[in-house]
Amino acid sequence: MIVAKQKEIEEIIEEIKDYNKILIAGCNECVTVCEAGGKKEVAVLASALRMYFMNQGKDVKIDEVTLERQCDHEYLEEIRKMIDQYDVVLSLACGVGVQFLAEKYISTPIVPGVDTCFMGVTEERGVWSERCQACGQCILARTAGICPVSRCAKRLLNGPCGGSTKGKCEIDKELDCAWQLIIDRLKELGRLDDYEQLTPIKDWSTERAGGPRKVVREDVRQ
Amino acid sequence: MRLSYPTNIRIICLPCTGKVDLIHIMRAFEKGADGVYVAGCVEGTCQFNTGNIRARKRVEQAQKILEKIGIGGERVQMYNLSSSEAPRFVQIAEEMTEKIMALGPNPIKIAGKKKAA
Repeated sequence: MIVAKQKEIEEIIEEIKDYNKILIAGCNECVTVCEAGGKKEVAVLASALRMYFMNQGKDVKIDEVTLERQCDHEYLEEIRKMIDQYDVVLSLACGVGVQFLAEKYISTPIVPGVDTCFMGVTEERGVWSERCQACGQCILARTAGICPVSRCAKRLLNGPCGGSTKGKCEIDKELDCAWQLIIDRLKELGRLDDYEQLTPIKDWSTERAGGPRKVVREDVRQ
Repeated sequence: MRLSYPTNIRIICLPCTGKVDLIHIMRAFEKGADGVYVAGCVEGTCQFNTGNIRARKRVEQAQKILEKIGIGGERVQMYNLSSSEAPRFVQIAEEMTEKIMALGPNPIKIAGKKKAA
């Protein structure tokens, strides 16, 4: 899932303080799971903002809506009839949802309420960590299912480097060395011979370095 | 024991303090409560294992938010006591009432009155 964390309320207030009719839009997908922008977070933020403005003596209308997804036309269409009632939409979706909202509703300012962090997993409730950088050319088959692109600080394809000590990375004593994990898992799989094979230079043009990306599938396109 | 405690406290019964959500605390303040305290079982004795621990975390979340928006984080508190400790229940009720009396009314009520006047 896409992992995000809610912005500090001071920053949100700074962005919306000049508006009088505010719609807070949550998303039922990734940001709900990582507890940053789901229905519950929308309700709490709306309540906090209402109290803040009441305390300031300002009469501000703050409404709430949580869409199934903010990255699909059909769900964004659900707010078409109501969006003109608001001066601004505070979106608690990831950066994708915020942008798609902005693309669709050109005349309404859309501001983000979360910082989008990475694609990752829920290690335990309250702990999320990165697993994928969407490099566009998956090498997990060769690296025992552990991604050195997202989990090695240097993104080494033939590791580990000299900074690996007792299975930990030199940038953080708590951080596992991805290559140690790969070697351990190859050992478990009885495929340690694979480790001896050098990985050739990766084609990074499919990664973000090659510019904004797009997937087009003519077989399903309408 | 027939002990008496301050009459300005409104009790909301729950099956476990684990049922308390952050939004419940927030809405109480939004509706004008001057203070909220959650009275849970002693830590380590929750029948559902972690209900009171969850409640404590939610109270802490509410404290942070209320502090930032100018309502005051001290207005919400978590207490732990056993259901057999009636004298302590009274002591907590008095302590919380004194604390809130000292802090004064919920600021949004004052702001509302000023606006109306």
